[in-house]
Amino acid sequence: MSQANRKPRFKWHIVVFLAPAVLVYTAIMIFPLFNTLRLALFSEVDQVRVFTGLDNFRTLFGDPRWSESFWNALGNNFWFFVIHMVVQNPIGILLAAILSHPRLRFATLYRSAIFVPTILSFVIIGFAWKLILSPIWGIAPDMLDAIGLKFLYAPWLGKEEYALTTLALVSVWQFVGIPMMLIYAALLSIPEEVLEAGEIDGVTGASAFWKIKLPLILPSIGIISILTFVGNFNAFDLIYAAQGALAGPDYSTDILGTFMYRTFFGFQLQLGDPHMGSAIATAMFGIILIGVCIYLFGIQTRMRRYQF
Amino acid sequence: MNKARRNPFNVAASHAILLTYTVIALFPVFVILINSFKTRKAIFREPLAFPDADSFSLIGYQTVMKQGDFFQYFQNSMIVTVASLFFVLLFGAMAAFALAEYRFKGNTLMGLYLALGIMIPIRIGTVAILELMVSTGLVNTLWALILVYTAQGLPLAVFILSEFMRQVSDDLKNAGRIDGLSEYTIFFRLVLPLVRPAMATVAVFNMIPIWNDLWFPLILAPAEEVKTLTLGSQVFIGQFVTDWNAVLSALSMAILPVMVLYVIFSRQLIRGITSGAVK
Repeated sequence: MSQANRKPRFKWHIVVFLAPAVLVYTAIMIFPLFNTLRLALFSEVDQVRVFTGLDNFRTLFGDPRWSESFWNALGNNFWFFVIHMVVQNPIGILLAAILSHPRLRFATLYRSAIFVPTILSFVIIGFAWKLILSPIWGIAPDMLDAIGLKFLYAPWLGKEEYALTTLALVSVWQFVGIPMMLIYAALLSIPEEVLEAGEIDGVTGASAFWKIKLPLILPSIGIISILTFVGNFNAFDLIYAAQGALAGPDYSTDILGTFMYRTFFGFQLQLGDPHMGSAIATAMFGIILIGVCIYLFGIQTRMRRYQF
Repeated sequence: MNKARRNPFNVAASHAILLTYTVIALFPVFVILINSFKTRKAIFREPLAFPDADSFSLIGYQTVMKQGDFFQYFQNSMIVTVASLFFVLLFGAMAAFALAEYRFKGNTLMGLYLALGIMIPIRIGTVAILELMVSTGLVNTLWALILVYTAQGLPLAVFILSEFMRQVSDDLKNAGRIDGLSEYTIFFRLVLPLVRPAMATVAVFNMIPIWNDLWFPLILAPAEEVKTLTLGSQVFIGQFVTDWNAVLSALSMAILPVMVLYVIFSRQLIRGITSGAVK
Protein backbone atom coordinates (compact mmCIF):
# COMPACT_ATOMS: atom_id res chain seq x y z
CA MET A 1 0.00 0.00 0.00
CA SER A 2 1.59 3.20 -1.11
CA GLN A 3 -0.39 5.65 0.98
CA ALA A 4 1.01 4.08 4.13
CA ASN A 5 4.42 5.50 3.35
CA ARG A 6 3.18 9.03 3.03
CA LYS A 7 2.54 9.79 6.61
CA PRO A 8 3.17 7.29 9.35
CA ARG A 9 0.37 7.80 11.85
CA PHE A 10 -1.22 5.43 14.25
CA LYS A 11 -3.87 3.34 12.60
CA TRP A 12 -6.69 3.07 15.06
CA HIS A 13 -8.85 0.94 12.84
CA ILE A 14 -6.43 -1.98 13.14
CA VAL A 15 -6.86 -1.86 16.90
CA VAL A 16 -10.63 -1.63 16.58
CA PHE A 17 -10.71 -4.62 14.25
CA LEU A 18 -8.50 -6.76 16.45
CA ALA A 19 -9.65 -5.71 19.91
CA PRO A 20 -12.91 -7.66 20.41
CA ALA A 21 -11.49 -11.00 19.29
CA VAL A 22 -8.22 -10.57 21.16
CA LEU A 23 -9.96 -9.42 24.35
CA VAL A 24 -12.50 -12.23 24.48
CA TYR A 25 -9.93 -14.84 23.49
CA THR A 26 -7.39 -13.63 26.02
CA ALA A 27 -9.84 -13.18 28.88
CA ILE A 28 -11.82 -16.41 28.46
CA MET A 29 -9.26 -18.77 26.98
CA ILE A 30 -5.60 -17.85 27.41
CA PHE A 31 -5.81 -16.21 30.84
CA PRO A 32 -7.83 -19.05 32.45
CA LEU A 33 -5.52 -21.58 30.84
CA PHE A 34 -2.46 -20.10 32.52
CA ASN A 35 -4.40 -19.38 35.66
CA THR A 36 -5.29 -23.06 35.86
CA LEU A 37 -1.63 -23.98 35.52
CA ARG A 38 -0.90 -21.50 38.33
CA LEU A 39 -3.70 -22.78 40.56
CA ALA A 40 -2.13 -26.22 40.40
CA LEU A 41 0.64 -24.82 42.61
CA PHE A 42 -1.75 -23.84 45.41
CA SER A 43 -3.74 -25.67 48.03
CA GLU A 44 -6.48 -24.79 50.40
CA VAL A 45 -5.54 -24.91 54.05
CA ASP A 46 -8.20 -23.83 56.55
CA GLN A 47 -10.17 -22.20 53.76
CA VAL A 48 -7.25 -20.02 52.75
CA ARG A 49 -5.44 -20.45 49.50
CA VAL A 50 -1.74 -21.02 50.13
CA PHE A 51 1.14 -21.55 47.76
CA THR A 52 2.42 -25.10 48.07
CA GLY A 53 4.67 -25.41 45.04
CA LEU A 54 4.68 -28.83 43.49
CA ASP A 55 2.92 -30.52 46.41
CA ASN A 56 -0.20 -31.26 44.38
CA PHE A 57 1.87 -33.06 41.79
CA ARG A 58 3.72 -34.95 44.52
CA THR A 59 0.32 -36.10 45.81
CA LEU A 60 -0.94 -36.90 42.33
CA PHE A 61 2.06 -39.04 41.41
CA GLY A 62 3.30 -40.07 44.83
CA ASP A 63 0.26 -40.81 46.98
CA PRO A 64 -0.82 -44.32 46.01
CA ARG A 65 -4.53 -43.46 46.27
CA TRP A 66 -4.16 -40.64 43.75
CA SER A 67 -1.49 -42.08 41.52
CA GLU A 68 -3.39 -45.32 41.08
CA SER A 69 -6.42 -43.41 39.78
CA PHE A 70 -4.27 -41.20 37.63
CA TRP A 71 -2.37 -44.00 35.92
CA ASN A 72 -5.59 -45.94 35.53
CA ALA A 73 -7.21 -42.96 33.79
CA LEU A 74 -4.15 -42.31 31.65
CA GLY A 75 -3.85 -45.96 30.63
CA ASN A 76 -7.54 -46.13 29.79
CA ASN A 77 -7.19 -42.93 27.81
CA PHE A 78 -4.35 -44.44 25.78
CA TRP A 79 -6.38 -47.54 25.04
CA PHE A 80 -9.27 -45.29 24.01
CA PHE A 81 -6.94 -43.50 21.60
CA VAL A 82 -5.43 -46.73 20.25
CA ILE A 83 -8.87 -48.11 19.42
CA HIS A 84 -9.67 -44.92 17.54
CA MET A 85 -6.45 -45.08 15.57
CA VAL A 86 -6.73 -48.72 14.56
CA VAL A 87 -10.48 -48.88 13.96
CA GLN A 88 -11.78 -45.42 13.14
CA ASN A 89 -9.11 -44.32 10.69
CA PRO A 90 -8.92 -47.48 8.54
CA ILE A 91 -12.72 -47.61 8.28
CA GLY A 92 -12.77 -43.90 7.42
CA ILE A 93 -10.13 -44.39 4.73
CA LEU A 94 -11.93 -47.41 3.28
CA LEU A 95 -15.26 -45.58 3.09
CA ALA A 96 -13.61 -42.51 1.59
CA ALA A 97 -11.76 -44.59 -0.99
CA ILE A 98 -15.01 -46.20 -2.09
CA LEU A 99 -16.93 -42.93 -2.07
CA SER A 100 -14.31 -41.13 -4.13
CA HIS A 101 -14.75 -43.62 -6.93
CA PRO A 102 -15.93 -41.58 -9.89
CA ARG A 103 -19.49 -42.20 -11.06
CA LEU A 104 -20.51 -44.04 -7.94
CA ARG A 105 -24.26 -43.67 -7.66
CA PHE A 106 -25.93 -42.35 -4.50
CA ALA A 107 -22.55 -41.15 -3.20
CA THR A 108 -24.10 -38.03 -1.65
CA LEU A 109 -26.78 -40.07 0.03
CA TYR A 110 -24.28 -42.48 1.61
CA ARG A 111 -22.05 -39.61 2.66
CA SER A 112 -24.85 -37.75 4.42
CA ALA A 113 -26.18 -40.88 6.10
CA ILE A 114 -22.81 -42.03 7.42
CA PHE A 115 -22.20 -38.54 8.82
CA VAL A 116 -25.43 -38.54 10.85
CA PRO A 117 -23.98 -40.03 14.09
CA THR A 118 -21.29 -37.34 14.12
CA ILE A 119 -23.84 -34.57 14.49
CA LEU A 120 -25.71 -36.17 17.40
CA SER A 121 -24.77 -35.27 20.94
CA PHE A 122 -22.87 -37.61 23.22
CA VAL A 123 -25.87 -37.70 25.49
CA ILE A 124 -28.07 -39.16 22.78
CA ILE A 125 -25.37 -41.53 21.60
CA GLY A 126 -24.47 -42.68 25.10
CA PHE A 127 -28.04 -43.46 26.11
CA ALA A 128 -29.04 -44.92 22.76
CA TRP A 129 -26.22 -47.47 22.85
CA LYS A 130 -26.77 -48.14 26.51
CA LEU A 131 -30.35 -49.10 25.70
CA ILE A 132 -29.43 -51.15 22.66
CA LEU A 133 -26.70 -53.09 24.44
CA SER A 134 -28.80 -53.51 27.54
CA PRO A 135 -29.66 -57.09 28.48
CA ILE A 136 -33.07 -55.87 29.69
CA TRP A 137 -34.23 -54.63 26.32
CA GLY A 138 -32.54 -57.43 24.49
CA ILE A 139 -32.01 -55.93 21.04
CA ALA A 140 -28.34 -56.86 20.89
CA PRO A 141 -28.73 -60.46 22.15
CA ASP A 142 -31.77 -61.02 19.91
CA MET A 143 -29.93 -59.82 16.86
CA LEU A 144 -26.94 -62.02 17.64
CA ASP A 145 -29.36 -64.87 18.19
CA ALA A 146 -30.82 -64.30 14.73
CA ILE A 147 -27.44 -65.03 13.14
CA GLY A 148 -26.67 -67.83 15.55
CA LEU A 149 -24.05 -66.03 17.58
CA LYS A 150 -25.91 -65.54 20.82
CA PHE A 151 -23.09 -67.11 22.84
CA LEU A 152 -21.01 -64.04 21.99
CA TYR A 153 -23.32 -61.74 23.87
CA ALA A 154 -22.34 -60.29 27.21
CA PRO A 155 -23.58 -57.17 29.00
CA TRP A 156 -20.59 -55.33 27.56
CA LEU A 157 -21.06 -52.00 29.27
CA GLY A 158 -21.40 -53.68 32.65
CA LYS A 159 -18.27 -55.82 32.52
CA GLU A 160 -14.99 -54.33 33.60
CA GLU A 161 -12.99 -56.07 30.90
CA TYR A 162 -15.22 -54.95 28.00
CA ALA A 163 -16.74 -51.64 29.03
CA LEU A 164 -13.93 -49.33 27.93
CA THR A 165 -13.44 -51.03 24.57
CA THR A 166 -17.20 -50.97 23.96
CA LEU A 167 -17.37 -47.24 24.68
CA ALA A 168 -14.35 -46.61 22.48
CA LEU A 169 -16.09 -48.46 19.65
CA VAL A 170 -19.25 -46.42 20.20
CA SER A 171 -17.12 -43.30 19.95
CA VAL A 172 -15.54 -44.66 16.77
CA TRP A 173 -19.00 -45.31 15.39
CA GLN A 174 -19.90 -41.72 16.14
CA PHE A 175 -16.84 -40.06 14.64
CA VAL A 176 -16.00 -42.18 11.63
CA GLY A 177 -17.61 -39.46 9.48
CA ILE A 178 -14.80 -37.00 10.15
CA PRO A 179 -11.83 -39.01 8.80
CA MET A 180 -14.09 -40.17 6.00
CA MET A 181 -14.85 -36.61 4.91
CA LEU A 182 -11.30 -35.32 5.25
CA ILE A 183 -9.76 -38.26 3.37
CA TYR A 184 -12.51 -38.00 0.78
CA ALA A 185 -11.58 -34.35 0.20
CA ALA A 186 -7.91 -35.27 -0.07
CA LEU A 187 -8.64 -38.06 -2.55
CA LEU A 188 -10.72 -35.76 -4.74
CA SER A 189 -7.87 -33.28 -4.94
CA ILE A 190 -5.56 -35.84 -6.58
CA PRO A 191 -5.42 -34.81 -10.23
CA GLU A 192 -6.65 -37.16 -12.89
CA GLU A 193 -3.34 -36.96 -14.83
CA VAL A 194 -1.43 -38.56 -11.98
CA LEU A 195 -3.78 -41.52 -11.91
CA GLU A 196 -3.74 -41.81 -15.68
CA ALA A 197 0.03 -41.75 -15.73
CA GLY A 198 -0.09 -44.64 -13.28
CA GLU A 199 -2.51 -46.52 -15.48
CA ILE A 200 -0.23 -46.22 -18.47
CA ASP A 201 2.46 -47.85 -16.34
CA GLY A 202 -0.02 -50.59 -15.46
CA VAL A 203 -0.80 -49.45 -11.93
CA THR A 204 -4.54 -49.80 -11.47
CA GLY A 205 -7.17 -50.75 -8.94
CA ALA A 206 -5.91 -51.69 -5.52
CA SER A 207 -2.25 -51.16 -6.31
CA ALA A 208 -3.07 -47.65 -7.55
CA PHE A 209 -4.55 -47.03 -4.14
CA TRP A 210 -1.56 -48.33 -2.18
CA LYS A 211 1.15 -46.92 -4.43
CA ILE A 212 -0.26 -43.61 -5.61
CA LYS A 213 -3.22 -42.43 -3.56
CA LEU A 214 -2.15 -43.49 -0.09
CA PRO A 215 1.22 -41.70 -0.17
CA LEU A 216 -0.56 -38.59 -1.44
CA ILE A 217 -3.10 -38.53 1.38
CA LEU A 218 -0.58 -39.18 4.18
CA PRO A 219 -0.61 -35.51 5.29
CA SER A 220 -4.38 -35.73 5.78
CA ILE A 221 -3.97 -38.91 7.80
CA GLY A 222 -1.45 -37.05 9.95
CA ILE A 223 -3.91 -34.24 10.62
CA ILE A 224 -6.65 -36.71 11.46
CA SER A 225 -4.35 -38.50 13.88
CA ILE A 226 -3.52 -35.35 15.81
CA LEU A 227 -7.16 -34.24 15.84
CA THR A 228 -8.10 -37.66 17.21
CA PHE A 229 -5.34 -37.44 19.82
CA VAL A 230 -6.42 -34.03 21.10
CA GLY A 231 -10.08 -35.00 20.99
CA ASN A 232 -9.53 -38.25 22.87
CA PHE A 233 -7.37 -36.76 25.59
CA ASN A 234 -9.98 -34.24 26.56
CA ALA A 235 -12.96 -36.53 25.99
CA PHE A 236 -15.52 -36.63 28.76
CA ASP A 237 -19.09 -36.41 27.56
CA LEU A 238 -19.61 -39.91 26.21
CA ILE A 239 -18.27 -41.65 29.31
CA TYR A 240 -20.22 -39.29 31.56
CA ALA A 241 -23.45 -39.80 29.62
CA ALA A 242 -23.15 -43.58 29.47
CA GLN A 243 -21.47 -44.47 32.77
CA GLY A 244 -21.83 -41.37 34.96
CA ALA A 245 -19.10 -39.45 36.77
CA LEU A 246 -17.88 -42.60 38.51
CA ALA A 247 -16.94 -44.11 35.14
CA GLY A 248 -17.99 -47.57 36.20
CA PRO A 249 -17.87 -50.45 36.51
CA ASP A 250 -15.22 -49.93 39.16
CA TYR A 251 -13.50 -47.05 37.31
CA SER A 252 -12.74 -49.29 34.36
CA THR A 253 -13.87 -46.57 31.93
CA ASP A 254 -12.29 -43.68 33.80
CA ILE A 255 -10.37 -41.36 31.49
CA LEU A 256 -8.57 -38.10 32.24
CA GLY A 257 -11.65 -35.97 31.54
CA THR A 258 -13.90 -37.83 33.98
CA PHE A 259 -11.09 -38.07 36.55
CA MET A 260 -10.59 -34.31 36.40
CA TYR A 261 -14.32 -33.67 36.64
CA ARG A 262 -14.67 -35.85 39.74
CA THR A 263 -11.65 -34.33 41.41
CA PHE A 264 -12.55 -30.76 40.62
CA PHE A 265 -16.28 -30.94 41.23
CA GLY A 266 -16.47 -33.65 43.84
CA PHE A 267 -18.85 -36.58 43.82
CA GLN A 268 -20.88 -38.39 46.42
CA LEU A 269 -18.92 -38.00 49.66
CA GLN A 270 -15.68 -36.61 48.33
CA LEU A 271 -15.51 -32.82 48.27
CA GLY A 272 -14.38 -31.03 45.15
CA ASP A 273 -10.82 -29.79 45.09
CA PRO A 274 -10.14 -27.14 42.44
CA HIS A 275 -6.40 -27.26 43.08
CA MET A 276 -6.03 -30.98 42.51
CA GLY A 277 -8.35 -30.53 39.55
CA SER A 278 -5.94 -27.93 38.18
CA ALA A 279 -3.04 -30.30 38.70
CA ILE A 280 -4.80 -32.93 36.60
CA ALA A 281 -5.66 -30.30 33.99
CA THR A 282 -1.98 -29.35 33.91
CA ALA A 283 -1.05 -32.98 33.31
CA MET A 284 -3.59 -33.14 30.47
CA PHE A 285 -2.19 -29.93 29.05
CA GLY A 286 1.29 -31.44 29.14
CA ILE A 287 0.16 -34.63 27.41
CA ILE A 288 -1.67 -32.74 24.67
CA LEU A 289 1.28 -30.39 24.22
CA ILE A 290 3.68 -33.32 23.83
CA GLY A 291 1.37 -34.92 21.28
CA VAL A 292 1.01 -31.71 19.28
CA CYS A 293 4.78 -31.11 19.36
CA ILE A 294 5.52 -34.65 18.19
CA TYR A 295 3.12 -34.04 15.34
CA LEU A 296 4.34 -30.56 14.40
CA PHE A 297 8.08 -31.21 14.62
CA GLY A 298 8.40 -34.97 14.26
CA ILE A 299 5.79 -35.85 11.68
CA GLN A 300 4.56 -32.83 9.78
CA THR A 301 7.97 -31.45 8.83
CA ARG A 302 9.12 -34.84 7.58
CA MET A 303 6.09 -35.49 5.50
CA ARG A 304 6.52 -34.78 1.84
CA ARG A 305 3.81 -32.58 0.44
CA TYR A 306 3.02 -32.61 -3.20
CA GLN A 307 1.89 -29.55 -5.05
CA PHE A 308 -0.11 -29.96 -8.19
CA MET B 1 -12.68 -43.08 -18.09
CA ASN B 2 -11.24 -46.38 -19.14
CA LYS B 3 -12.13 -49.95 -18.32
CA ALA B 4 -9.48 -50.50 -15.71
CA ARG B 5 -11.37 -48.34 -13.27
CA ARG B 6 -14.85 -49.55 -14.11
CA ASN B 7 -15.33 -53.05 -12.89
CA PRO B 8 -18.93 -54.23 -12.30
CA PHE B 9 -17.88 -56.51 -9.46
CA ASN B 10 -16.19 -53.65 -7.69
CA VAL B 11 -19.28 -51.52 -8.06
CA ALA B 12 -21.46 -54.17 -6.44
CA ALA B 13 -18.95 -54.67 -3.64
CA SER B 14 -18.71 -50.92 -3.12
CA HIS B 15 -22.44 -50.59 -2.73
CA ALA B 16 -22.54 -53.57 -0.40
CA ILE B 17 -19.92 -52.06 1.90
CA LEU B 18 -21.44 -48.59 1.87
CA LEU B 19 -24.93 -49.92 2.42
CA THR B 20 -23.79 -52.06 5.33
CA TYR B 21 -22.10 -49.12 6.96
CA THR B 22 -25.08 -46.86 6.34
CA VAL B 23 -27.28 -49.37 8.14
CA ILE B 24 -24.82 -49.51 11.05
CA ALA B 25 -24.76 -45.70 11.20
CA LEU B 26 -28.51 -45.21 11.13
CA PHE B 27 -29.73 -48.28 13.02
CA PRO B 28 -29.55 -46.89 16.60
CA VAL B 29 -31.32 -43.68 15.61
CA PHE B 30 -33.98 -45.68 13.83
CA VAL B 31 -34.57 -48.01 16.77
CA ILE B 32 -34.93 -45.11 19.20
CA LEU B 33 -37.34 -43.24 16.96
CA ILE B 34 -39.72 -46.10 16.19
CA ASN B 35 -39.84 -47.32 19.78
CA SER B 36 -40.62 -43.88 21.15
CA PHE B 37 -44.07 -44.20 19.56
CA LYS B 38 -44.91 -47.56 21.12
CA THR B 39 -46.48 -48.83 24.29
CA ARG B 40 -44.21 -50.19 26.97
CA LYS B 41 -45.24 -53.75 26.21
CA ALA B 42 -44.54 -53.41 22.51
CA ILE B 43 -41.14 -51.86 23.16
CA PHE B 44 -40.05 -55.04 24.85
CA ARG B 45 -41.98 -57.59 22.85
CA GLU B 46 -40.96 -56.49 19.37
CA PRO B 47 -38.33 -53.79 19.55
CA LEU B 48 -37.63 -53.86 15.82
CA ALA B 49 -41.25 -53.62 14.60
CA PHE B 50 -42.84 -50.41 13.43
CA PRO B 51 -45.60 -49.07 15.67
CA ASP B 52 -49.02 -50.23 14.46
CA ALA B 53 -52.57 -49.45 15.53
CA ASP B 54 -52.21 -51.77 18.49
CA SER B 55 -48.86 -50.70 19.79
CA PHE B 56 -48.97 -46.98 18.96
CA SER B 57 -48.75 -44.76 22.00
CA LEU B 58 -47.65 -41.25 22.86
CA ILE B 59 -47.43 -41.87 26.59
CA GLY B 60 -43.68 -41.23 26.61
CA TYR B 61 -44.05 -37.85 24.98
CA GLN B 62 -46.81 -36.93 27.43
CA THR B 63 -44.55 -37.74 30.39
CA VAL B 64 -41.73 -35.71 28.90
CA MET B 65 -43.98 -32.72 28.28
CA LYS B 66 -45.31 -32.84 31.81
CA GLN B 67 -42.02 -33.33 33.63
CA GLY B 68 -39.30 -31.55 31.73
CA ASP B 69 -39.36 -28.02 30.47
CA PHE B 70 -38.11 -28.92 27.06
CA PHE B 71 -39.27 -25.73 25.37
CA GLN B 72 -37.29 -23.72 27.87
CA TYR B 73 -34.22 -25.92 27.27
CA PHE B 74 -34.65 -25.63 23.55
CA GLN B 75 -34.93 -21.87 23.76
CA ASN B 76 -31.77 -21.67 25.91
CA SER B 77 -29.81 -23.80 23.46
CA MET B 78 -31.06 -21.68 20.60
CA ILE B 79 -30.06 -18.40 22.29
CA VAL B 80 -26.62 -19.71 23.25
CA THR B 81 -25.90 -21.16 19.81
CA VAL B 82 -27.11 -18.20 17.79
CA ALA B 83 -25.46 -15.58 20.00
CA SER B 84 -22.15 -17.46 20.10
CA LEU B 85 -22.14 -17.88 16.33
CA PHE B 86 -22.89 -14.20 15.88
CA PHE B 87 -19.95 -13.16 18.03
CA VAL B 88 -17.59 -15.75 16.58
CA LEU B 89 -18.39 -14.57 13.07
CA LEU B 90 -18.33 -10.83 13.79
CA PHE B 91 -15.22 -10.76 15.97
CA GLY B 92 -13.51 -13.48 13.97
CA ALA B 93 -14.09 -11.72 10.65
CA MET B 94 -12.90 -8.38 12.05
CA ALA B 95 -9.68 -9.88 13.40
CA ALA B 96 -9.18 -11.92 10.25
CA PHE B 97 -9.55 -8.76 8.17
CA ALA B 98 -6.98 -6.91 10.27
CA LEU B 99 -4.50 -9.78 9.91
CA ALA B 100 -5.09 -10.32 6.21
CA GLU B 101 -5.31 -6.68 5.11
CA TYR B 102 -2.85 -4.58 7.05
CA ARG B 103 0.85 -4.87 7.50
CA PHE B 104 1.79 -3.87 11.00
CA LYS B 105 4.35 -4.80 13.58
CA GLY B 106 3.48 -8.06 15.27
CA ASN B 107 1.07 -9.22 12.59
CA THR B 108 2.55 -12.72 12.34
CA LEU B 109 2.90 -12.96 16.10
CA MET B 110 -0.72 -11.98 16.58
CA GLY B 111 -1.75 -14.60 14.03
CA LEU B 112 0.20 -17.28 15.89
CA TYR B 113 -1.20 -16.16 19.22
CA LEU B 114 -4.76 -16.46 17.96
CA ALA B 115 -3.97 -19.81 16.32
CA LEU B 116 -2.78 -21.34 19.62
CA GLY B 117 -6.33 -22.12 20.56
CA ILE B 118 -6.91 -24.33 17.52
CA MET B 119 -4.91 -27.16 19.05
CA ILE B 120 -5.31 -26.55 22.77
CA PRO B 121 -8.79 -27.36 24.07
CA ILE B 122 -10.43 -24.66 26.17
CA ARG B 123 -11.58 -27.33 28.64
CA ILE B 124 -8.10 -27.45 30.18
CA GLY B 125 -8.80 -24.02 31.69
CA THR B 126 -12.16 -24.99 33.18
CA VAL B 127 -11.16 -24.53 36.83
CA ALA B 128 -10.09 -20.94 36.26
CA ILE B 129 -13.00 -20.23 33.91
CA LEU B 130 -15.42 -21.24 36.65
CA GLU B 131 -13.62 -18.99 39.14
CA LEU B 132 -13.75 -16.13 36.67
CA MET B 133 -17.47 -16.63 36.07
CA VAL B 134 -18.15 -16.87 39.80
CA SER B 135 -16.25 -13.67 40.53
CA THR B 136 -17.99 -11.78 37.73
CA GLY B 137 -21.39 -13.14 38.73
CA LEU B 138 -21.96 -14.77 35.35
CA VAL B 139 -22.40 -18.30 36.69
CA ASN B 140 -25.78 -19.72 35.81
CA THR B 141 -26.37 -17.17 33.10
CA LEU B 142 -26.42 -17.85 29.39
CA TRP B 143 -23.72 -15.21 29.00
CA ALA B 144 -21.17 -17.49 30.61
CA LEU B 145 -21.78 -20.08 27.90
CA ILE B 146 -21.90 -17.53 25.09
CA LEU B 147 -18.54 -16.06 26.14
CA VAL B 148 -16.88 -19.46 26.45
CA TYR B 149 -18.13 -20.66 23.08
CA THR B 150 -17.12 -17.40 21.45
CA ALA B 151 -13.59 -17.77 22.78
CA GLN B 152 -13.54 -21.40 21.77
CA GLY B 153 -14.68 -20.71 18.20
CA LEU B 154 -12.52 -17.67 17.48
CA PRO B 155 -9.13 -19.31 16.71
CA LEU B 156 -10.38 -21.52 13.88
CA ALA B 157 -12.69 -18.76 12.59
CA VAL B 158 -9.83 -16.26 12.35
CA PHE B 159 -7.62 -18.87 10.69
CA ILE B 160 -10.16 -19.89 8.03
CA LEU B 161 -11.53 -16.41 7.37
CA SER B 162 -8.14 -14.76 6.99
CA GLU B 163 -7.24 -17.34 4.33
CA PHE B 164 -10.32 -16.32 2.40
CA MET B 165 -9.89 -12.60 2.95
CA ARG B 166 -6.43 -12.71 1.39
CA GLN B 167 -8.13 -13.76 -1.83
CA VAL B 168 -10.38 -10.69 -1.99
CA SER B 169 -9.07 -8.45 -4.76
CA ASP B 170 -6.91 -5.51 -3.66
CA ASP B 171 -8.16 -3.42 -6.58
CA LEU B 172 -11.68 -3.51 -5.22
CA LYS B 173 -10.61 -2.31 -1.79
CA ASN B 174 -8.32 0.35 -3.19
CA ALA B 175 -11.10 1.59 -5.47
CA GLY B 176 -13.22 1.97 -2.37
CA ARG B 177 -10.44 3.89 -0.64
CA ILE B 178 -10.12 6.27 -3.59
CA ASP B 179 -13.85 6.88 -3.38
CA GLY B 180 -13.28 7.95 0.19
CA LEU B 181 -14.80 4.99 2.00
CA SER B 182 -13.59 4.45 5.53
CA GLU B 183 -11.82 1.22 6.44
CA TYR B 184 -14.93 0.15 8.35
CA THR B 185 -17.19 0.67 5.37
CA ILE B 186 -14.76 -1.27 3.19
CA PHE B 187 -14.87 -4.15 5.66
CA PHE B 188 -18.62 -4.26 6.19
CA ARG B 189 -19.81 -3.29 2.71
CA LEU B 190 -17.19 -4.71 0.37
CA VAL B 191 -15.33 -7.56 2.04
CA LEU B 192 -17.92 -9.23 4.27
CA PRO B 193 -20.41 -9.96 1.47
CA LEU B 194 -17.61 -11.53 -0.57
CA VAL B 195 -16.56 -13.98 2.13
CA ARG B 196 -20.10 -15.02 2.97
CA PRO B 197 -19.55 -18.67 1.86
CA ALA B 198 -16.55 -18.95 4.18
CA MET B 199 -18.59 -17.44 7.02
CA ALA B 200 -21.27 -20.04 6.45
CA THR B 201 -18.66 -22.79 6.65
CA VAL B 202 -17.33 -21.44 9.94
CA ALA B 203 -20.86 -21.15 11.30
CA VAL B 204 -21.73 -24.72 10.45
CA PHE B 205 -18.48 -26.03 11.93
CA ASN B 206 -19.14 -24.24 15.20
CA MET B 207 -22.85 -24.87 15.44
CA ILE B 208 -22.83 -28.60 16.14
CA PRO B 209 -20.18 -28.68 18.90
CA ILE B 210 -21.85 -25.74 20.67
CA TRP B 211 -25.30 -27.26 20.46
CA ASN B 212 -24.08 -30.66 21.66
CA ASP B 213 -21.69 -29.57 24.41
CA LEU B 214 -22.33 -31.08 27.81
CA TRP B 215 -19.22 -30.05 29.75
CA PHE B 216 -19.68 -26.30 30.07
CA PRO B 217 -23.46 -26.29 30.65
CA LEU B 218 -22.87 -28.87 33.38
CA ILE B 219 -20.21 -26.78 35.09
CA LEU B 220 -21.11 -23.16 34.31
CA ALA B 221 -24.90 -23.15 33.95
CA PRO B 222 -26.58 -26.13 35.64
CA ALA B 223 -29.54 -24.14 37.02
CA GLU B 224 -32.97 -25.16 35.80
CA GLU B 225 -33.81 -21.91 34.00
CA VAL B 226 -30.58 -21.82 31.98
CA LYS B 227 -30.19 -25.53 31.15
CA THR B 228 -29.45 -26.24 27.52
CA LEU B 229 -31.25 -28.98 25.65
CA THR B 230 -28.25 -31.31 25.84
CA LEU B 231 -27.87 -30.95 29.61
CA GLY B 232 -31.63 -30.93 30.10
CA SER B 233 -32.10 -34.22 28.32
CA GLN B 234 -29.12 -35.71 30.16
CA VAL B 235 -30.59 -34.82 33.56
CA PHE B 236 -34.10 -35.79 32.52
CA ILE B 237 -33.06 -39.18 31.19
CA GLY B 238 -30.96 -39.75 34.30
CA GLN B 239 -34.06 -39.30 36.45
CA PHE B 240 -36.32 -41.48 34.35
CA VAL B 241 -34.00 -44.39 33.61
CA THR B 242 -36.67 -46.95 34.34
CA ASP B 243 -39.44 -45.23 32.40
CA TRP B 244 -38.53 -46.51 28.97
CA ASN B 245 -41.28 -44.62 27.16
CA ALA B 246 -40.12 -41.32 28.61
CA VAL B 247 -36.45 -42.00 27.95
CA LEU B 248 -37.01 -42.99 24.33
CA SER B 249 -39.25 -39.97 23.74
CA ALA B 250 -36.78 -37.61 25.36
CA LEU B 251 -34.02 -39.01 23.16
CA SER B 252 -36.15 -38.57 20.06
CA MET B 253 -36.93 -35.01 21.01
CA ALA B 254 -33.25 -34.31 21.46
CA ILE B 255 -32.45 -35.87 18.10
CA LEU B 256 -35.09 -33.93 16.19
CA PRO B 257 -33.69 -30.36 16.24
CA VAL B 258 -30.19 -31.51 15.30
CA MET B 259 -31.54 -33.58 12.45
CA VAL B 260 -33.53 -30.62 11.15
CA LEU B 261 -30.43 -28.41 11.31
CA TYR B 262 -28.44 -31.13 9.57
CA VAL B 263 -30.93 -31.50 6.75
CA ILE B 264 -30.88 -27.73 6.23
CA PHE B 265 -27.12 -27.32 6.44
CA SER B 266 -25.66 -30.64 5.36
CA ARG B 267 -24.70 -29.42 1.90
CA GLN B 268 -22.96 -26.42 3.37
CA LEU B 269 -21.21 -28.58 5.95
CA ILE B 270 -20.01 -31.19 3.51
CA ARG B 271 -18.94 -28.58 1.00
CA GLY B 272 -17.08 -26.80 3.78
CA ILE B 273 -15.17 -29.88 4.84
CA THR B 274 -14.41 -31.07 1.35
CA SER B 275 -13.35 -27.66 0.06
CA GLY B 276 -10.28 -28.06 2.22
CA ALA B 277 -11.16 -25.44 4.79
CA VAL B 278 -9.54 -27.58 7.46
CA LYS B 279 -6.26 -28.46 5.84
